[in-house]
Amino acid sequence: MKRFSQLIQQLEMSNKTNDKMLALVDYFNEADDMDKPYVIAMFTGKRPKRPVSTALIKQWAIELCNLPEWLFAECYHNVGDLSETIALILPPAKSISNRKLHEWIDDLALLNDKDETFKKQFITKAWNSLETSERFIFNKLISGNFRIGVSNKILVNALAKQSDTESCKIMHSIMGKWLPSEINYADLISGTHVNTNNSWPYPFCLAYALEAVPSSLGEPQEWQAEWKWDGIRGQIVKRNGELFIWSRGEELVTEQFPELHFLLQELADGTVLDGEILSVKDGKVQAFSILQQRLNRKTIHKNQLNDAPIGFYTYDLLEYKGRDLREEPLSKRRQSLEAVISNLKTNKVVMLSPIVSFTQWDELAKLRESSRDLNSEGIMLKKLDSSYHTGRKRGDWWKWKINPYTVDTVMIYAQKGSGRRANFYTDYTFAVRDGDQLITIAKAYSGLTDKEIKEVNAFVVKNAIEKFGPVRTVKPELVFEIAFEGIAESKRHKAGLALRFPRIARWRKDKNADEINTLDDLRQLLQATLLPPA
Amino acid sequence: MALITFTNKGIYCKQGDFYIDPWHPVNLAVTTHGHADHVKWGNKAYLCHELTKPILQHRLGELNIQTLPYHKEISINGVKLTLYPAGHVIGSAQIRLEYKGEICVVSGDYKVEYDGISTAFEPVKCHTFVSESTFGLPIYKWQPQQDIFNQIKNWISLNRDKNQTTVLVAYSLGKAQRLMTGLAGYGDMYVHSSIASLNQVFSKAGVILPTTIPITPETSKEMLQKGIVIVPPAVAEGKWIKSLTHAATGICSGWMQVRAGRRWRSADAGFALSDHADWPGLLSAIKATEAEKVFVTHGYSAIFSKYLNEIGIEAEEVKTQYGDEEEEDNVEINKD
Repeated sequence: MKRFSQLIQQLEMSNKTNDKMLALVDYFNEADDMDKPYVIAMFTGKRPKRPVSTALIKQWAIELCNLPEWLFAECYHNVGDLSETIALILPPAKSISNRKLHEWIDDLALLNDKDETFKKQFITKAWNSLETSERFIFNKLISGNFRIGVSNKILVNALAKQSDTESCKIMHSIMGKWLPSEINYADLISGTHVNTNNSWPYPFCLAYALEAVPSSLGEPQEWQAEWKWDGIRGQIVKRNGELFIWSRGEELVTEQFPELHFLLQELADGTVLDGEILSVKDGKVQAFSILQQRLNRKTIHKNQLNDAPIGFYTYDLLEYKGRDLREEPLSKRRQSLEAVISNLKTNKVVMLSPIVSFTQWDELAKLRESSRDLNSEGIMLKKLDSSYHTGRKRGDWWKWKINPYTVDTVMIYAQKGSGRRANFYTDYTFAVRDGDQLITIAKAYSGLTDKEIKEVNAFVVKNAIEKFGPVRTVKPELVFEIAFEGIAESKRHKAGLALRFPRIARWRKDKNADEINTLDDLRQLLQATLLPPA
Repeated sequence: MALITFTNKGIYCKQGDFYIDPWHPVNLAVTTHGHADHVKWGNKAYLCHELTKPILQHRLGELNIQTLPYHKEISINGVKLTLYPAGHVIGSAQIRLEYKGEICVVSGDYKVEYDGISTAFEPVKCHTFVSESTFGLPIYKWQPQQDIFNQIKNWISLNRDKNQTTVLVAYSLGKAQRLMTGLAGYGDMYVHSSIASLNQVFSKAGVILPTTIPITPETSKEMLQKGIVIVPPAVAEGKWIKSLTHAATGICSGWMQVRAGRRWRSADAGFALSDHADWPGLLSAIKATEAEKVFVTHGYSAIFSKYLNEIGIEAEEVKTQYGDEEEEDNVEINKD
């Protein structure tokens, strides 16, 4: 586990992608072979079941260090991470164990069936045999929650470099179903397990946000424009008599969308569609807030099927008759896709995502302005001769989103951040005006520069009114423009509505608190989005 | 009546009519050590340890300074005053006061581990003890300094393998000299001018330090790459570091104990090497004084004093204007 602990430290200290990648390459060159699949599983979010609750872990740590609970809580507020707090606060280890990472993970998995006494004995004994940095890793293994800024792409590139294999092959191979205890590193890298399974989706081709003017992309004739949908990106895989629906989060979501199950009968074996899962009613795309009612549910009620029916807007064909089409140009794939869709007997559930036709960039810019009328987020631009890339590659696919909604709010609460920003007030709560009251409308963590954070931090320290644990109420003075992607009704929020993806757009130093928006402004916006699309 | 009171000018001894580490000008400032948050310009007279005198002169110019060695008792208006080593930096002292059998110790900043250059901390029995609490949380437990020096040396070797220039960040009075001593013989050490001038001050006062090379505009980048560069915090964030070929920056500070501290400073490495007592150090020092009353100053003072009360040591939080010398170091550099 020492080598892994060293890797984590290197990854954490570095903020350059290339350094992280090289640290990973070094690790996969030097680490224990049995450990490697476990590390890949961990970094790709394949988390084992958590064997012990956070509350118990905390309780045992407090008992072991023999300190009052309030003092433990103060330490936690300063450190900003429970695993790290425990690692630092426990008495020094009595002996040092040399057990390997995979041995620890396997043992933790076995804990699931054991009683609490056994679990406690195992974990406290482990703490007593690990030095501080390894204890931190061990605690993270228990929680399964490793956030260290390693994207799938960095990992895949590192593995590709280390093993001298094509990155798309690695991506495909690590994306699917495998267990670190049942596969060795070489097999995992060569992807021997991949072909045997029918469900494999392809790595999604992702688009970059278009910051420049579209005319910088060249001739309009070289590009295909589509609406950018605000739904769940999905891949539908039909092979050997089985149907699978994958979401972009690499989750299998087949059961959640029974409306699409007819494809099992109607799609030919060896077909893979790429597109967007949306709520579609009477042939019209609904707001994301409607689709949301259908997400992450174990059972779906009949009225949910009625209120938020699902459709699939498809825009790419990745495999047909068992043949991988990804190297073919988009224009050709689109033709094949149109043929596949025209053969479907069931209508109006799986549809072609329409092509937005245009001859001049100006013309497209005008059309883009009407995106919201269709519940679309803007325009997608795809090069007609482009292949279907693995992951994000600059140049061929662009998303040209319309500007987000914005609202002016005032900051009313602040809380210290965690991780890198544990010593600064970085998490803020914002309110809008409702008569003579302020109503909380959003929480946001990002969008300010380090310099601005320091400035806001100083304001919070000086202007804190009350203390609720780690939260400070502050004088409602600082005005921030919050950007957001959507708005939905919400019974859980006092305001009766919730913003989607709120973040700080700007600090409006030019405005004071009586110039902010009102709750009525937001209610009107909500009503407007719920009207049927034009 | 109490031997010390906390006033808006600083810690005051009424019976002796003097202040300890005052932050506003007074007649007599008894000074624990030479860090900028503990000694201000403008007092009529200063009293400090003999090794603190050249630091004060270097920083503040010619002053009326009386000095004392450790352990020598003098009397001021009937109050007996003795300096005891605080182990914080060279010349740092705890101030022991005695009047009519009542004993009070003001410790300034201190650490209990011997660092190789500052005279080792000595616990002093007293009735009233004034303690700092910079690292007064149980998450702060230092490793032995030899272990940390070994980690720094390993890191330097790794940098050399990768043709990177090692830059160590340490504040100029204390930590820099401690690093130099710990890394002596491990490569040529190049020091920033603010550190070099303090080294000179110490050498003149008879303190033996390892050989270092001051960095000048003529120092070539190639020479620096083979050696070890030591700079104060203010320089570490400046343009000069960025101009070095493949600089790898390592910050030496107690705050590096926590990941958030390491990442916030965006360094390449962090080493938890501190000149302040850690949690076990604070507790052992306080217990060794057998004090009936503890005043807790700068740091996690509210938390630390609450804990002391819970374990049966009467303690009270005191607001002072002392801080953390790493912040102060910036001020010093700007002054130069």
